[in-house]
Amino acid sequence: MSDNNIFTDFRVQTLVEEKTINFEKFLSGKNFYLINIWSSWCEPCRDESDKLLELKNDTTIMMIGINYKDKKKNALNFLKLYGNPFEEIFVDKKGTISINFGAYGVPETFLINNDNKVLKKYVGPLNDEDVYEIKKITKN
Amino acid sequence: MMRMFMKLKRLLKIKILIIFILTCLSFNNTAISSSFSEEQTINITKNLRCLICQGQTIHESNSDFAESMKKYIKGELESGKTKDEVFSSLIEKYGQWIVYDPGISRNTLLLWSLPLLLFLIGGVIIAKKIFRKI
Amino acid sequence: MIISQLGYYSLIFGLLTSIFIFFNSSVQIKRNDTVISSKTTGLIGFQFFFVFISFISLIYSFIISDFSNETVYSNSHTTKPLFYKITGTWGNHEGSLLLWLLVLTGVLLGFIFKSRHEPSSYRRLTILFHQIIIIGFFVFVLKTSNPFNEIFPVQTEGLGLNPILQDPALGIHPPILYLGYVGTSIIFSAALASMISNYVNKSWAKNIKFWILFSWIFLTGGILLGSIWAYYELGWGGFWFWDPVENVSLMPWLSLTALLHCIVTLEKRELFKKWTIVLCIITFALSMVGTFLVRSGILNSVHTFANDPSRGIYILTFLLVLVLLSFVIFTIYENKNFIQKSEIFPLSKETAVLINNWFILYFLSVVLIGTIYPIFLDVIMDEQISVGPPFYNKLILPFLIPFALFMSIGPSMRWIKTNFKIGLKNFLIIFLTLIFSFITIYFIGKKNVFLLLLFVGFFYLLLKSLDQLRQRTKNFAQILSHSGFSLLLISILLNSFLSNETIKNIQVGESFVLKNEKIIFKKIAVEKEKNYESIIGFFEVLDEKNKIINLRPEIRIYNEPEMATSEASIKTTLFKDRFITINIIKDQNFFNVRYQQKPFMIWIWISTLIIMLGGLFAIFKKNKEFNI
Repeated sequence: MSDNNIFTDFRVQTLVEEKTINFEKFLSGKNFYLINIWSSWCEPCRDESDKLLELKNDTTIMMIGINYKDKKKNALNFLKLYGNPFEEIFVDKKGTISINFGAYGVPETFLINNDNKVLKKYVGPLNDEDVYEIKKITKN
Repeated sequence: MMRMFMKLKRLLKIKILIIFILTCLSFNNTAISSSFSEEQTINITKNLRCLICQGQTIHESNSDFAESMKKYIKGELESGKTKDEVFSSLIEKYGQWIVYDPGISRNTLLLWSLPLLLFLIGGVIIAKKIFRKI
Repeated sequence: MIISQLGYYSLIFGLLTSIFIFFNSSVQIKRNDTVISSKTTGLIGFQFFFVFISFISLIYSFIISDFSNETVYSNSHTTKPLFYKITGTWGNHEGSLLLWLLVLTGVLLGFIFKSRHEPSSYRRLTILFHQIIIIGFFVFVLKTSNPFNEIFPVQTEGLGLNPILQDPALGIHPPILYLGYVGTSIIFSAALASMISNYVNKSWAKNIKFWILFSWIFLTGGILLGSIWAYYELGWGGFWFWDPVENVSLMPWLSLTALLHCIVTLEKRELFKKWTIVLCIITFALSMVGTFLVRSGILNSVHTFANDPSRGIYILTFLLVLVLLSFVIFTIYENKNFIQKSEIFPLSKETAVLINNWFILYFLSVVLIGTIYPIFLDVIMDEQISVGPPFYNKLILPFLIPFALFMSIGPSMRWIKTNFKIGLKNFLIIFLTLIFSFITIYFIGKKNVFLLLLFVGFFYLLLKSLDQLRQRTKNFAQILSHSGFSLLLISILLNSFLSNETIKNIQVGESFVLKNEKIIFKKIAVEKEKNYESIIGFFEVLDEKNKIINLRPEIRIYNEPEMATSEASIKTTLFKDRFITINIIKDQNFFNVRYQQKPFMIWIWISTLIIMLGGLFAIFKKNKEFNI
């Protein structure tokens, strides 16, 4: 594992269907993966939700949500209220998956490519410049 | 006579103490920690900086980040990782900043060697001063 | 409002007085006047008085919550208890610098009274150099940190004081610490003056020794209070973290300790003149470095409130000017009057002092480099590293073993030459040392040669010091401080190896067990206080004899500023502290409970007090000679 690579070999549970799968196997088929750590109790997460919805339109990216230390009910309510930008959401009940990624807290976003290499890391909510930057990377 | 008696008394005391020590040492160390991984976790988290706090270790902090980190480390230890492996994987993820032990690297060579070097220089100066005329 | 203005103009008058004293003294030095006129003494009194008035005005503004004053507005609140309104005066950047200035002018006044029988050229030069420092700080306060800035429109309510600073120990911590910290300034001024007036001799040593002891005692007290505060307020039961803010007060303490040993040698044997002067300069420079680090905000830590680069640059420049000045004076006068006639024999007290200084300066270099290296690395290489306890433990602990051994032998050395014989008594002491150490190691349950050696070192020191009590030439001050030091190290070691701790998430009614003790969570109550609301947990601890101990940890939710703090509940006994804190867990009915058993905790405080007491003894033992 080199500096810029993300650790992906662990098992995770999906939020909606509560299926347990291997995270690494899940990462296939797309050129880019955007991993967003969020929670219903995190206020800045609400602000960045429209930015994430905007990025959802980029077909080269697979949007993955990591639901951080949350209750399922609250999380689903949040998605209903602010929209669901994610193709799949995994549960991080204890916060250990986020530690595995090398994250600090919520919200935090990683853009990785299909070699699991971290291209960009955003601590805190995404803003318009970040969205522009991500789009620029995925276009090339 | 009195002095003799005192001396004998002192010798006796010493003997008692020796016997006491030997009995002490002959017992085995029976202290077994209640939970090994918990103790190991504390051992590690005491040496990690809580990155989102100000001047606190992970062990001391109750922030979300610190709490997750404690659970993560406990999990890693229980899955068979060693202390060093846990440290090095965290440094890979978060950088050298997270550990309170700066370790020896190109960047910290001076940090470790400078005080020791000063100690040696001080020793030479003092030795010269004392043994100047001998 | 008027009072605030009074404070401000009082500061201006203070500055003008300082400038006048400075020129007046220079003229008198040129004229070579033989006496210090009562006019000069009076002016120095006035100077102190002006700063004092200014300081009182600021305290008054805090008491009446005068929110037209920016400092009061930013750091106080009407609902705060009176005591914390007062201590809030120096709990911020501006107020603490005014305190700096108060001590700075105060020690000069004290010096004038204490040095009536000293040569006037030496006194006048001391006044002159001290005025340079005073003027420097006056300008600093007025230019960058004026405590009397007004704000428009006048606010009706203040922003409040950080709750973790609302604590009795921390309230009196800064004045005590500053008396020690800033007290070193007069040592610096006097050292420069003594060089120029050719007065680096026994009488000078006697004169300046008072101020060295003065600073040393208060600095020890200040560090002690800070540690006690950290222990029960920061909520995890530690008392020393090797945090840069702590290191900053430890550094001048180390250098003062080295200086203390040197000054006695100078007094007795007229030795180490150059080195003593260098130490005087280093000590004050370290105080300035500390002020720079804390006040510039270059360290990112809880204690640091200020972060304006102009302040940092000013202090740094001023420090460099002072260091340069002392360097120039030192090189000019170095060879003129520092001829050393006496010899040093290897087996003598002089050697012991040198070795003492060698080790202390090494410890100092470890702390200094550990504190500032990360800053340099960050600036130059853009790499961030943390230098924490493991670094200090690795570089300091091994050296404590020989240090303790030298410290044990040192005091029984004689001045000039010692003949060594190892009698039965010495043998017995060594024997007892080994016994104590083995027993301790057994109880700790760690079979570790290194640890054993550490205990051997400190038990030997303790027994050797106590043994000296029986000797005719006993020197009570030294015995107290040395036994206090060995006791301190033994307590710290025992405390760190025998402490137990557990963290549990439990609900009301549940209980848990830690080493023969059962901890029961009885109930929760909510109480409303003047400036906070507190959630109190009622806990019962059943000890090994089934005795019940009640503990009441709190979570305080302060309203201004809005912030939650965790208040530990501690029950202290001679052998063990029981320490408990609680925290709320988000979205759950559980409480996060942290329970600790900390043996010999109170001995850490007691032994530090004993160390201080040694210093007090040395000060008040007037006629008898003070030895090391």
